[in-house]
Amino acid sequence: MQQNGATGARVVGAALVVGGGIAGMQAALDLAESGIQVYLLEKSPWIGGRMAQLDKTFPTNDCAMCIMSPRLVECSRHHNIQIISNADVVSLTGEAGDFTATIRKRARYVDEAKCTGCGICIAKCPWKTDSEFNLGLSKRKAIYTPFAQAVPNVPFIDTDLCMYFKRGTCKACVMFCELGAIDLGQQDQYMELEVGAVILAPGSDIYDAGLSEEFGFGRYPNVLTSLQFERLLSAAGPTQGSILRPSDGVEPRKIAWFQCVGSRDQEHPYCSAVCCMYATKEAMLAKEHLPPGAEFTIFLMDLRAFGKGFDAYFQRAQEEGIRYVRCRASALTEVPGSKSLLLQYENERGELLTEEFDMVALSVGMTAPKGVSELAAATGVALNSFGFGDSSPSTPLETSRPGVYLCGTFRGPKDIPDSVTEASGAAGEVQRLLASGRGTLVSPKEFPAEMSQVGEEPRVGVFVCHCGSNIAGVVDVEEVARRARELPGVVYTDHVMFACSTDSLKAMREAIVEHRLNRVVMASCSPRTHEPLFQENVREVGLNPYLYEMANIRDQCSWVHGDRHDEATDKARKLVAMAVARSCHLEPLYKLPQGLSDRALVVGGGVAGMTAALSLAEQGFPVVLVERESQLGGLLLEHDTLSSGRDSREQVSQLVERVQANQNVEVLTDSQVVSSIGFVGNFKTRVASRSDPTQRLVEHGVTIIATGGREYRGDEHLLGQHPGVVTMGDLEKALKSDDPRLRQAKRIVVIQCVGPWDEQPFYCSRVCCTVTMKNILRLKEINPSCQVVVLYKDIRTYGAREEMYTEARRAGAIFVRYTDDDQPVVQAAGEALEVSFTEPSLGERLTLAADLLVSSNALVPSAGAEELSRVFKVPLGREGFFQEAHSKLRPVDFASDGAFLCGVAHYPKSVEEAIIQGKAAAARACRVISQDELMVGGVVASVEEEKCTACLTCVRICPYNVPIIRDGVAIIEAAACQGCGICVGECPAKAIQLLHYRDDQVLAKIEGLVELMAAGSVAR
Amino acid sequence: MSTNGFEPQIVAFCCHYCASAAADLAGSMRLRYPPNILVIKLMCTGRIDLLHILRAFEGGVDGVMVAGCLEGNCHFISGNTQAKRRVQYAKQVLESIGVGGERLEMFNLSSSEGPRFAKIATEMTERIRNLGPSPVSRQKKEVVK
Repeated sequence: MQQNGATGARVVGAALVVGGGIAGMQAALDLAESGIQVYLLEKSPWIGGRMAQLDKTFPTNDCAMCIMSPRLVECSRHHNIQIISNADVVSLTGEAGDFTATIRKRARYVDEAKCTGCGICIAKCPWKTDSEFNLGLSKRKAIYTPFAQAVPNVPFIDTDLCMYFKRGTCKACVMFCELGAIDLGQQDQYMELEVGAVILAPGSDIYDAGLSEEFGFGRYPNVLTSLQFERLLSAAGPTQGSILRPSDGVEPRKIAWFQCVGSRDQEHPYCSAVCCMYATKEAMLAKEHLPPGAEFTIFLMDLRAFGKGFDAYFQRAQEEGIRYVRCRASALTEVPGSKSLLLQYENERGELLTEEFDMVALSVGMTAPKGVSELAAATGVALNSFGFGDSSPSTPLETSRPGVYLCGTFRGPKDIPDSVTEASGAAGEVQRLLASGRGTLVSPKEFPAEMSQVGEEPRVGVFVCHCGSNIAGVVDVEEVARRARELPGVVYTDHVMFACSTDSLKAMREAIVEHRLNRVVMASCSPRTHEPLFQENVREVGLNPYLYEMANIRDQCSWVHGDRHDEATDKARKLVAMAVARSCHLEPLYKLPQGLSDRALVVGGGVAGMTAALSLAEQGFPVVLVERESQLGGLLLEHDTLSSGRDSREQVSQLVERVQANQNVEVLTDSQVVSSIGFVGNFKTRVASRSDPTQRLVEHGVTIIATGGREYRGDEHLLGQHPGVVTMGDLEKALKSDDPRLRQAKRIVVIQCVGPWDEQPFYCSRVCCTVTMKNILRLKEINPSCQVVVLYKDIRTYGAREEMYTEARRAGAIFVRYTDDDQPVVQAAGEALEVSFTEPSLGERLTLAADLLVSSNALVPSAGAEELSRVFKVPLGREGFFQEAHSKLRPVDFASDGAFLCGVAHYPKSVEEAIIQGKAAAARACRVISQDELMVGGVVASVEEEKCTACLTCVRICPYNVPIIRDGVAIIEAAACQGCGICVGECPAKAIQLLHYRDDQVLAKIEGLVELMAAGSVAR
Repeated sequence: MSTNGFEPQIVAFCCHYCASAAADLAGSMRLRYPPNILVIKLMCTGRIDLLHILRAFEGGVDGVMVAGCLEGNCHFISGNTQAKRRVQYAKQVLESIGVGGERLEMFNLSSSEGPRFAKIATEMTERIRNLGPSPVSRQKKEVVK
């Protein structure tokens, strides 16, 4: 185990992240933001990974691309991240803290430095093949990018298809590329990188459905994989979001999903953990896409809705009419002629049925990524028996090689938030290992001092981009530039072939200096992709970046009005006039440095809280750890063994010892938080101790909430009324104390999913199924003749936990399913008990005598959660657990800056998951407290004190709880403000303005348009 | 061109993360929609103010749309629901001053819905075209005459 960073003499402040999917990007960004130089290596020519192929994400139906593309752009623009795409790791030598990685960057045949991503080469390329991105449902060219938002936005030439590489002819791309960016002679490059640590996040592959020949994938056109179905759903996909049968292009009326294709079978004895939820999502989205009356059926064994909000999602799906049939589909036949599909299956009552479907989606599982053994050999790490990366449950993010970490689906199947959490956790491991090297290899980009524009009249320069023929082929660019000269404030205009090419950027800088331009308007493409580049360019000659404005005359004009040249030109003129008018109203904005405390306050001393505290303390940050109880340890104190087989006592005591031995951690037991004020970097929190009435004031820069949960104790199934009824937690204690009842019992009945479901909607406690399997195996060990009967609703042993389920069945445990409408009934029978339930395949009610009844009770939020939620102004979710900022991509952040969460406080989870989340929360917190100062300001709300009447409107409406009232006026801390402007539109006194989007700045766009229309030179 | 020769001018207040991105995607996909729509980007539709909408109509614009993230998926948590409320109110105001509430509409879409942006832009243009010039812009023209 590593402590206090790398042990070697040299610590290189750089890291190699292998894999540019959502996990790799997250790890890269967390590291880059905490002062580590990152090389983000991606095997394919573009980053983005699997998530880029998804349409929406469960359980919120957030659009995958909406939430992901800002990350793509952030990675591509981050000055501490270098993306090396189309590359492999050849070897890794050295040791933790000081590695040398040899990289092979394969030839792309397009010069990344010259290409501007205009796409003309793609348009002109005559050669087509099946698109990998759309899984064969559409075509792509020989030179291509997979999707519009691809990063880097540089195409790649497929030499297997390109006619130049096959026969030496064509070169259409070379001819049409005006920048000379096509380089057909490009060679593979080798490079050596010095890095202190490596994170492996190469992701996973999907199971090859063709191998399950019984389903006819590849032979029956209307049998698709779930990922193909995902592409059909995508508005940007091959059918623009229409669900059409590949055989005839007709909308299907009956669609089925078959679960566990390539999961939970002999060759893949694990559960792929995401398929139940994505099939549910796909069925719900398909219902939205298709006309009423269409039918959707999911064939499954267990519904594995084990995550936060998953059960509610499943409920919604059922209410919307999605049908779930409990049966593993085994084969399909095609109906000749109609090409529909026939399924024979047996339902839960044992009846044999035949049903016809127009389309079938195979819910394919995850497999180890292709080429993983080469990667493992090159980096010297071990793989597990399934080919995924191997790690131990107590150090889940460490590979077999010190200094090399792993995360994401490479560690085994998992969903996006778990991947993102692991990625942050792995980044946390690297931050800790490389703590002494932090900041040594990165330097903030230096810009010249800004010119003062105080009192100057606006001198606007307008640059209109041709974008090759992308804009100029439709819009009369020269006319737009010429007429822009007539606009008020404009002193200079130019039109350039590619504004983002190096020489154009230079020419722009020269024009700014020569013509003393103090406002720049770029009429070109989308600010989403190009604004940071152009802003940086104006900064290089001393112009404040907020004096820059953009008119999107490509994506929102020439590209959508290609057949209407005159009108597109008129529209471009209007867009330019609007941008110019706004630019005259812009003001320089400055981000100002603000001091901060580098101390972390961790509330809750269970596994998650202790892990987070140690993670930060071991890299030198002071930590105050507050625990309500008299000793550290949390939920685990009362456990017997962990699912990993490890003794829980050992796990806890090791953590406690490390916490107590670390001088950077101050532990306050018997203590509770009573109040907290402040904002990111500068919180002030009062902590009261039971023994000492004087309150402690803790000043801290970040807060981590890790207050855990507790086992529900109701009176269901005679709990508390009969000595033979115990909870899962009690069973742990009984196992720990070697309770003789366990050795003597002839039959033990376990009932899963017991909770306060009369008072609140059901949610899954995630761990109970696995713990039950573990306990079955423990019971069988100490009392082999004891019969164990488990009454369950769904067995949710997700991921590799499935193997424990298999083992439990092998050990002889009997599993009987019950439903909400037909629950088991427990009655006292003297010292023993009688449990009656319906056996579904017999359809009959059975009664069994039991010596012990174990009630697997839900994990519920800790008692103080509501109070803490008020004190820290952070929200609770539907189930009463703390609510993260975003369920997919910000799983350990609160919406308000500087506050984080981990462990069961977030949602029930295993020890391994709590450790990972603790490390992740620490890594996210480190991004803040590793800064010497926080740069605050920019696009934030600002209050005019004399207008403010302290009416509390802003306080009530701000979704981030930022405004406070002090001395009779609203205060909006720039450091905490997210810049949405919701308060601005609501303030009845108009006392708040959103900087850069002040009313006059928004209205200027309208004025610019109105003036141009009034001048009469453009068509309305 | 429409048969009556009237081409409406429509302003679309679009949020940064979803609606503007969807508009960009419509471009990447080379979809077609009428050139009558001019996008004004805000960080969040929660920034929209009655003032902005009314000033647009006062200036002679014939229609205004406000486009934000899908409900429940706002990048700023609740900005689009605030916008919805304000748009509802603005519609009432427009109705009462004789401009007509149907000249203003709020839409919700995700950034991957390029086709939907194109559809919304087309339908909105069609709607306003059918309504004819805004009474304000008609009046303005008469004053100019």
